[in-house]
Amino acid sequence: MTEQQKANGHVQTVSVDDEPTTGVEGSQDVTAELCALAPIGLLAELTHRCPLQCGYCSNPIELERVANELTTEEWCSVMRQAGEMGVLQIHLSGGEPCVRKDLEEIVSAASEAGLYTNLITAAVTLKRERLEGLVKRGLDHVQISFQDVDPENAEHIGGYPGATQKKLDVAGWVTEMGVPLTVNAPIHRKNIKSVPAYVDLAIKLGAQRLEIAHAQYYGWAFLNRAALIPTYEDTLASIEFVEEARERLKGVLTIDMVVPDYYAKRPKPCMGGWAKGFMNVTPAGKVLPCHAAESIPELEFDNVRTRKLRDIWLDGSAFNAFRGTSWMKEPCRSCAFKDIDYGGCRCQAMAMTGDPRNTDPACALSPYHAEMVNFAKEEASKPPTEFLYRNPRNAAKALKAKEETLLPAE
Amino acid sequence: MTGETPPPRRLMVDRETKPKLPPYLKLRHDAGRDRWVLLAPERVLTPDQTAVAVLQLCDGERSVKEIAAKLAEEYSAPVDVIAADIVELLQDLADKGYVKG
Ligand code: SF4
Ligand code: SF4
Repeated sequence: MTEQQKANGHVQTVSVDDEPTTGVEGSQDVTAELCALAPIGLLAELTHRCPLQCGYCSNPIELERVANELTTEEWCSVMRQAGEMGVLQIHLSGGEPCVRKDLEEIVSAASEAGLYTNLITAAVTLKRERLEGLVKRGLDHVQISFQDVDPENAEHIGGYPGATQKKLDVAGWVTEMGVPLTVNAPIHRKNIKSVPAYVDLAIKLGAQRLEIAHAQYYGWAFLNRAALIPTYEDTLASIEFVEEARERLKGVLTIDMVVPDYYAKRPKPCMGGWAKGFMNVTPAGKVLPCHAAESIPELEFDNVRTRKLRDIWLDGSAFNAFRGTSWMKEPCRSCAFKDIDYGGCRCQAMAMTGDPRNTDPACALSPYHAEMVNFAKEEASKPPTEFLYRNPRNAAKALKAKEETLLPAE
Repeated sequence: MTGETPPPRRLMVDRETKPKLPPYLKLRHDAGRDRWVLLAPERVLTPDQTAVAVLQLCDGERSVKEIAAKLAEEYSAPVDVIAADIVELLQDLADKGYVKG
């Protein structure tokens, strides 16, 4: 538990983070009370379209086509249903949510439904007037990703010329309008040394919050692991720096950190527990218990076009598949930590061991753990490779190649 | 970026502080859960009754001392105990960026 979630006697804090795998995080009692009947967070991936092409992107390889995207009215209905069922925070994300011309209507619907409305954007196409309009309609918070602090490297990573200046402009407008700003720092091998510079940038911009988000290896990031995985030493140094900065900047800047679990002994409680407090709606309306759930072939997903959001949450088969702990195999089944980390991430277990019911290989008790750590260390020690940029052309190429899973220890 | 504004500093709450909530912090009664919640960027906070009573008085005009006096009267409790409790509560929230001076 981070400093942020510690109790102070009168107020407790639960984070409802947009980062893939984070979900809800807080003390067990409070989280359980809040999530007893409904999730508290919903990630709405309005589109997969994006002007950037980041290789660390956790979107699925098979990007959703525009023609399949939910209509304005369908998204507005999602917002209303979310508000009614008890969701408290909505993350409007993508891809790039600003690509949707009807973002205005969706923000209005979210705000009218009583949702705390967060916009998660790369900000390169957002104009001042549009931002003003969105804020008037009730937008509560803007999060802007910076691919690096150094403009040249940022352009290389995001594959978008002139991105940094545009982002700085938008960040300036956000704080000028009195709207809280989060600087999102997606961290990997090609920018991990910039962590201190990100802290300076966030302070300079007057951000309320900085998100140091080590890449999570799903979707495109999984393909690009070799280009992305930082060394153990750099990873530790970045974590130490953040912990020190957090203490130093109390009351000035909130720093959230998503740590990579390749080098950890125990896995993260992915999403704060499968189907516990968070849900995800894809551009085409599929409702997922987590951002990467589509990577598990045995799951079937309901769609908001054909079923009510609340029914999906309560009774959807994908939501019930790994809810609680009864689905677990050994070593999780008889482990004292099973109600704390829920066996880690189902999608990572799937990606690396071929079975979503296996213990997340990030756990030291998993028979696949040693191989995963070796793989990470090996990748990190090789000279850096180039990114496979996230775009439709590369998607077609990547979908042809077959991914291989790890082998368990003898 | 101009770099002209001085860097923000940590607010140290004492009895003279006139606390206020930044506009992006939303104190809401959640009917479905029948409880008060405080909503902030990617956070849900769960204030208890005391915290709600305090936060509703944080208008940037009243000082902590005045808030304590008012609540001491309402709950017929010793004002010093209440004031100390409020300082602790608000310092914690200020450190999270949710209360300004
Ligand atoms: S990570 Fe990059 S490519 Fe992926 S959605 Fe965000 S900005 Fe677009
Ligand atoms: S065995 Fe399973 S429950 Fe136990 S620590 Fe590892 S992942 Fe968590």
